This record gives sequence, C-alpha cells and structure tokens, in this order.
Amino acid sequence: MSPADRFAALPELLATDQDLLRRGRWLSVEVRVEIGAEPFFLSISEGALKGFERGARLMRSTAFSFAATDEAWTNYWQPMPAPGWHDLFALTKRGVASMNGDLRPLLQNLQYFKDLLALPRGRS
Amino acid sequence: MAPKLDPIVGRYVHAVIEGVPHRLYFEEAGQGIPLVCLHTAGADNRQFRHLLTDPEVTRRFRVLAFDMPWHGKSTPPDGWEKSEYRLTTQSYTAAIRAFCQAMELDKPVVMGCSIGGRIVLNLAIAHASEFRALIALEAADFQQPWYDTTWLHRPDVHGGEVCAALISGLIAPQSPPTSRHETLWMYMQGGPGVFKGDLYFYRVDGDLREKVKTIDTKVCPLYLLTGEYDFSCTPDDTRRTATHIPGAEVTIMKELGHFPMSENPAKFRGYILPVLEKIS
Repeated sequence: MSPADRFAALPELLATDQDLLRRGRWLSVEVRVEIGAEPFFLSISEGALKGFERGARLMRSTAFSFAATDEAWTNYWQPMPAPGWHDLFALTKRGVASMNGDLRPLLQNLQYFKDLLALPRGRS
Repeated sequence: MAPKLDPIVGRYVHAVIEGVPHRLYFEEAGQGIPLVCLHTAGADNRQFRHLLTDPEVTRRFRVLAFDMPWHGKSTPPDGWEKSEYRLTTQSYTAAIRAFCQAMELDKPVVMGCSIGGRIVLNLAIAHASEFRALIALEAADFQQPWYDTTWLHRPDVHGGEVCAALISGLIAPQSPPTSRHETLWMYMQGGPGVFKGDLYFYRVDGDLREKVKTIDTKVCPLYLLTGEYDFSCTPDDTRRTATHIPGAEVTIMKELGHFPMSENPAKFRGYILPVLEKIS
C-alpha cells in the first residue's frame, strides 16, 4: 500500500477518534496535505472532516499546506518511528517536509494537526 | 493512616542577581554532595521530581532544583511588567552562581538540561574551579534552529499550548504517556513570553562554538548525555561539541528525547546513576 493509499483512510481514522475530535472542536479550516506527489484537500469543520478529496483540484484555495516525501511519510508512520523521523518538525528540519501559507491555524492547533497527521501510524 | 509524603522540601531563598533582588523557589532532598539541577527553557524544577525522590541518588547527594527567575514559583523581579524577559549567557550564569552562593553550597555538582545544558558548558568555560563536576544533558555549543520563536508569544496563539505542542516532538515515542503528558503540562504553564525569552540565550546570545575549546576537564570533569530522539540538540551536535573538549565523556541515551529526567525517569536513571557514581 502506498503512503497516499494509507492516508486515504484518514476520514475513518478520525471519525473513530473521539478525543481528537473533542480537541479540534474550535477549528474550521481548509488544508492541503501532500503525500509525496499526491495532494489531498481537507475541509475541517469543528475538528471533523467535512470534506476529504484526493488528487489535484484546479485553483483550490487553502489556508496552508503541509507536504512531505513518500519516504518521510513512510518513516513517520512506522509503529515506532526512528529518531529524526518521529515528528513533523523533525521532518522539516531534515528537509523532507515543508509547510507553507498562513500558518496561524496550524500553530493555533498544533497538537491537533500533529496527531491528525499521525493517525495512519502503525496501520497498513 | 499516615500521610504519604514525598521526601521533597520546597522553600524560597533570597538572592541578588546582577544587582536585582530575587526570591527563588527551590526544592531539595537528600544529603551529601550538593547537586544543583537546572530545568529546560520555559519549564520549572518539577522536571526533576523523580531524581529528588530516588533514594539511590539522595543517599549520597543533596539534590537542589530551583526555578529560574521568571519561572515556576520564583517571583519575577519587581517591575517585571515594564520589561520583556530575555535570558543571556551573563544573566543565566549569574543566577546559578547567586543561587549556589545564597545556599552556601561548597563546590556543588551542576546538572542542566537543554538551555541548562548549554549554560553548564559556560560554567565549564568560565567558572570550572567552583564546581566538583558538571553534567550537561541535551547540550551542544550550538544547534540549528528548527522553528520561528515569534510564534511563542502573540495574542492570537495560546502560548502554553503552542509551546507544549512544539516541544512534544522532542519526547521519544517510547516514553510513557503519563510522563510525556506531565512534561507537556509543565510547558503549558510558563509565563507569557518566558519560553521565548529563554530561547534568546539559546539562539542568539549563547553560541559557544569557539569558547568550548578552552574547557579544561582536569579542573572540573564534564559529562555530556543526549537522547537519541532529540532533534533539537542532536547526538551529532553533542558529539561535535565533545570533539573540542578533551576528557569530556559522551553518552547517547537510547529511547530518550530532550527531557530525559521527566519524559522517562526510569530509563534516565539507568544512564545518570553511573555518572553520579563516578562523581561520588
């Protein structure tokens, strides 16, 4: 299963995570996440995924994006990730991930996004 | 039934730091060689509570952990509301020496973590003869920044929550969830702008890359211990620093991150007890 295929399960993973939904209840935002070359568009509403689209969309506007290589996501989602591959900022520091756009909603809800993007961890 | 009490006593000591009166909170336990513990940026002395309650440590060491000025229960200096807090190499060094003098400690061991580890290097550079031994946890002479500190103190981002979320990634994934979240809880409670002010020392004022070459470990032994999951101060940062300090002992700690004493006390114990054994 490719990293993008694993990420495609995000709606089901979030829907069953009541704690993460609770913590994200103040958050509504449009986000682009790139899994390798494949973009995903997340419409987050009060912490839940109102929309989740896979693949390029012409002129789709988002508040911010988080992109990482297939290698980065593969390592990040290991059940016990290796040192230097275990956190989003570890990935950006080593140059295999980047964040762009208006980062305010990301920083306002940073633990939520870290945990959201870690949901595929250990699941194949 | 008798109350179940930790063997820790907390008190306040008055000290003058760079001409300014301070009231510093500290906790202590044990007897023997004074061991002064320095917490990480934006945190407080609670990070050392497991060390303070470890009989293997406290039977030989008088462990003292103080809250830095502006941190924890230490009272900020009069007029704090009219200034922006900024830690410097000079002010941090002065605070540690002032605490040791106020407590009349005789050649203490100092152990610091993160910024506490960095300042331990400066103690080795400038004041080695005052100390019995120095232990630097998660320390290097310089580290590459990995985020913009302006996010730490602004009205539209909750300072405590963003500080905790940022540093959460520095905790090893193997660390017990309760210890992880206790460590994060402490980060959520710092005063506004205090973590950012500490990082001024870390990022701007505390580059010790040339100065560490003057450290003489024959005057004062120096131990460097870094967790393998610390991507802020990486094992390579610590090893590189040690190459400039003959006699410095380096240990890379498996399955630990940037907060070894609080994120996984049991694991850290296995690494720090042998060091303390050598010192005692």
